[in-house]
Amino acid sequence: MKQILSRMVLLTAGLCTSAAVLAKTDISFYFPVAVGGPITKTIDQYAADFNKENPDYNVVPVYSGTYQETIVKVLTAHKSGKPPTAAILLSTDTFTLADEDAISPIDNFVKTDADREWMKSFFPAFMLNGQFGNKTWGVPFQRSTVVLYWNKEAFKEAGLDPNTPPKNWAETISMGQKLTKKDASGNVTQWGIQVPSSGFPYWLFQGFSTQSGGILANAEGNRVQYDDPKVVQALSYWVDLSKKHGIHPPGVVEWGTTPRDFMEKKAAMIWTTTGNLTNIRTNAKFDFGVAMLPAGERAGSPTGGGNFFIFKKAAAAEQEGAYKFAKWLTQPERAAQWSIDTGYVAVSPAAYETPALKKYAAEFPPALVARDQLPFAVAELSTHDNQRVTKALNDGLQAALTGTKTPEQAMKDAQAEATRLLRPFQK
Amino acid sequence: MHTARRHLYAYLLLLPAFVFLVGFTHYPAVATLLDSLMSTPRAGRASVFVGLDNYQGMIEDPIFWKSLINNLWFALATIPVSIALSIGMALWVNDKIAGRQFLRLSYFLPTILPMIAVANIWIFFYTPGYGLINQVLQVFGFASQNWLGDPNLVLGSIIMVAIWKEAGFFMIFYLAALQTLSPSYQEAAQIEGASRWYFFRRIQWPLLMPTTIFVLVNALINAFRMVDHIIVMTKGGPDNASSLLLFYLYEVGFKFWDQGYASALTAVLLALLAIVGLVQFFVLDRRTHYR
Amino acid sequence: MNSQGIQAGLLSTLGAWVLALLWITPLLYACWAAFHPSEFATKWVLTAPLTLDNFRAAWEAAPFARYFLNTTLLVATILCMQLLLCTLAAYAFARYEFCGKSVMFSLVLIQLMIMPEILIVRNYQTLTKLGLVDTLFGIGLPYFASAFAIFLLRQTFRTIPKELVEAAEMEGASALQVLRHVYIPLAKPVYLAFSLVSVSYHWNNFLWPLVVSNSVESRPLTVGLQVFSSTDQGIDWSIITAATLLTSGPLLIGFLIFQRQFVQSFMRAGIK
Repeated sequence: MKQILSRMVLLTAGLCTSAAVLAKTDISFYFPVAVGGPITKTIDQYAADFNKENPDYNVVPVYSGTYQETIVKVLTAHKSGKPPTAAILLSTDTFTLADEDAISPIDNFVKTDADREWMKSFFPAFMLNGQFGNKTWGVPFQRSTVVLYWNKEAFKEAGLDPNTPPKNWAETISMGQKLTKKDASGNVTQWGIQVPSSGFPYWLFQGFSTQSGGILANAEGNRVQYDDPKVVQALSYWVDLSKKHGIHPPGVVEWGTTPRDFMEKKAAMIWTTTGNLTNIRTNAKFDFGVAMLPAGERAGSPTGGGNFFIFKKAAAAEQEGAYKFAKWLTQPERAAQWSIDTGYVAVSPAAYETPALKKYAAEFPPALVARDQLPFAVAELSTHDNQRVTKALNDGLQAALTGTKTPEQAMKDAQAEATRLLRPFQK
Repeated sequence: MHTARRHLYAYLLLLPAFVFLVGFTHYPAVATLLDSLMSTPRAGRASVFVGLDNYQGMIEDPIFWKSLINNLWFALATIPVSIALSIGMALWVNDKIAGRQFLRLSYFLPTILPMIAVANIWIFFYTPGYGLINQVLQVFGFASQNWLGDPNLVLGSIIMVAIWKEAGFFMIFYLAALQTLSPSYQEAAQIEGASRWYFFRRIQWPLLMPTTIFVLVNALINAFRMVDHIIVMTKGGPDNASSLLLFYLYEVGFKFWDQGYASALTAVLLALLAIVGLVQFFVLDRRTHYR
Repeated sequence: MNSQGIQAGLLSTLGAWVLALLWITPLLYACWAAFHPSEFATKWVLTAPLTLDNFRAAWEAAPFARYFLNTTLLVATILCMQLLLCTLAAYAFARYEFCGKSVMFSLVLIQLMIMPEILIVRNYQTLTKLGLVDTLFGIGLPYFASAFAIFLLRQTFRTIPKELVEAAEMEGASALQVLRHVYIPLAKPVYLAFSLVSVSYHWNNFLWPLVVSNSVESRPLTVGLQVFSSTDQGIDWSIITAATLLTSGPLLIGFLIFQRQFVQSFMRAGIK
């Protein structure tokens, strides 16, 4: 009897201990979705796979809307003392997050040589927005560049070579004019080119401004040059596409319906994120091509998309788990699969050497365009008090595109507002 | 009952409700007014007293003025139109019209659907090119318009959505009032051979005045409260052409995290609502039989 | 229902019908897009295939079941608390004379003008201090005391005949017993009216829940729907309208069945 009892005690103790050991560390993971497709399902699958391979951890993915909505939710949660453990946020939010003392630099977790190798394995263009003050605050996860999609059928109909997209600003205009179709009463049924300007026009605009040789902000994030003549020139070009050449829809163009407009043949060429590639590939009923953005004085595109951030107020064990998850997510094989599923650029050169991505790129060359554009890519616009400083630019861009202000006036006003906002950060 | 005990009972009964009322209405109102005189706390810098600085910044902020003016236009357009439509709807549903049940259902439906649910449908209606409204326009040979992307059209577009949402709700109150009117008025009018319009203008309208006042106050409050459709459809754009006060307040408070400025904006909103309250109070005063 | 309606002329009937058809267009479109595949969402091809795939996709794409549960719990909790708190307060105003009565009542009236959303920044901070951010309870908290309910119930209680109250008192009933056995039963129609108004309002409430809720566990239907259909993803109207119909379904069906009661209640709530 005594033996049985003591055995029971031992068994119970053993169970309790193993239960304690098996107690999972919860990692809440907020992620936005900015492109079409079953992305939430993919992320849920990744979380499930990670949890299976790492039974000590339990990643709980929470879909939180757009990038804008996600940063609001994350900061709201942070200010109430209960932030998520990790989140995907715009790389441009780095300054804001650091200013709010919300995130732990990734450097804090880098301990082994393998870790250091991993930190160096990303495309340098993607690391730019996540680094300042000699620290790396976030690692790339779903990154992109803006690309040009063109409708090959529409090109054929317009008498253009369907395999040759415009290579520069002048060709955009000449091809766009041939591609713009009007009906009997003079209303346009197909626009030559469409560049969206709702919500975050600054991102698309950075394509134009980079191509004209302008730079919008400095690396420290405390000075902007919205009224630089090259920047104004870029804006005038965009405005003129509609005003002077009539090949671009007037007013502000909605981001969300632009891929749809392309597939409905309302626009023969569009600018949008490479992250929409898989969506367009699945749903377009015609042959289409993907190209680097046409060059001005130089070729150029901003990088875009989200980095992986780890939050300071989360428990230490949770942060470690989040770090593990970050490394897991960005392994070459997984980064390759993520790129295939969405069209985002795989975050490391190694990913492009994996068999899966090599095969996919062979079948579908457009998948490589965004990567090939990286040498010409620049950091995305990012400053302190980012939301507000960017809003000043967004408002100015929309004012110019709707004709409410001239490009010069719009950029002058935006510069004044942004300078006022950044003054506290210029020490 | 003893006076002291009676007082105690009364205040005890009031206590639970007042804890919440004071906690979420009166206290925050006062606290916000005080906050508007302080700077915004950030990590590393605590909040300090800055007097009227936030208000100074507000006066110099063109977006504030745009939001305020937009809001006033919004109120000016939605209120009379939705009230007029709601009276029309009530009269129609009240009269012996074929298919009355369907009419009532159709008019009232927008009220019970969440704005979020229908905002995307309205985005489709307003989409350039293949959006529903533009499809119809193009059938008649008109050009497609960028309803949500043209600063001259966007405010009108969201006003339309607001009217669609509200009119049916007000209709119900007019319906109730119409049904309390004595049938003898109508009989007398019919005997006298009065026209429909005369009957409405001289008899129904004055008798409906109390309802109109009630509906008017509600509509005024709603004009400052309805921002759901803006959050989904336009996010205040293009270039703040559809930004309303409460929406800008939300942006400043939860996107820019500028607490001081957000409090100043709230103070303005409170002042506007206070004016509405005072108007109601004085108009109510004049119509004591309304009680 | 009423026999006093005037026979409407042809023009009038036409006008009423045109308006009604215009008014119901969004719902009609939602039905069209939700039951057809994506490619037909913007084209009116009558022979397009019908499908339930959109509903399936919408249901799987977001935890709508959880959102439903959240909203139901939220609305039910708010209603219960409102009924409880406001009955007590209205009773005090209706039955007792005490100094400061009109001041207290004016304070109540203020909330008719100033909804908690207006004071969103401060109220959010209050919740933070209470540690109730991202909870359903936190979403409901500011609404537990409803000035509208207090106002309505006070009016109603004041119309209860004195004789009934005196009769009950003579039988030895205490104040609370009088409330329970005399006032509340007689005010039932007003309770029903207010309940429908409250449920409607809080089912559709968006801005405050948007700010307070972060995770799925506390997200109500309206916020869930908005997160689900945010435009950055590229708008797929078939799935979005399917989700819209799914989430508005219960309220719609409830309204269709209980149309008369619904309308009567709203009407009663408006008559002061």
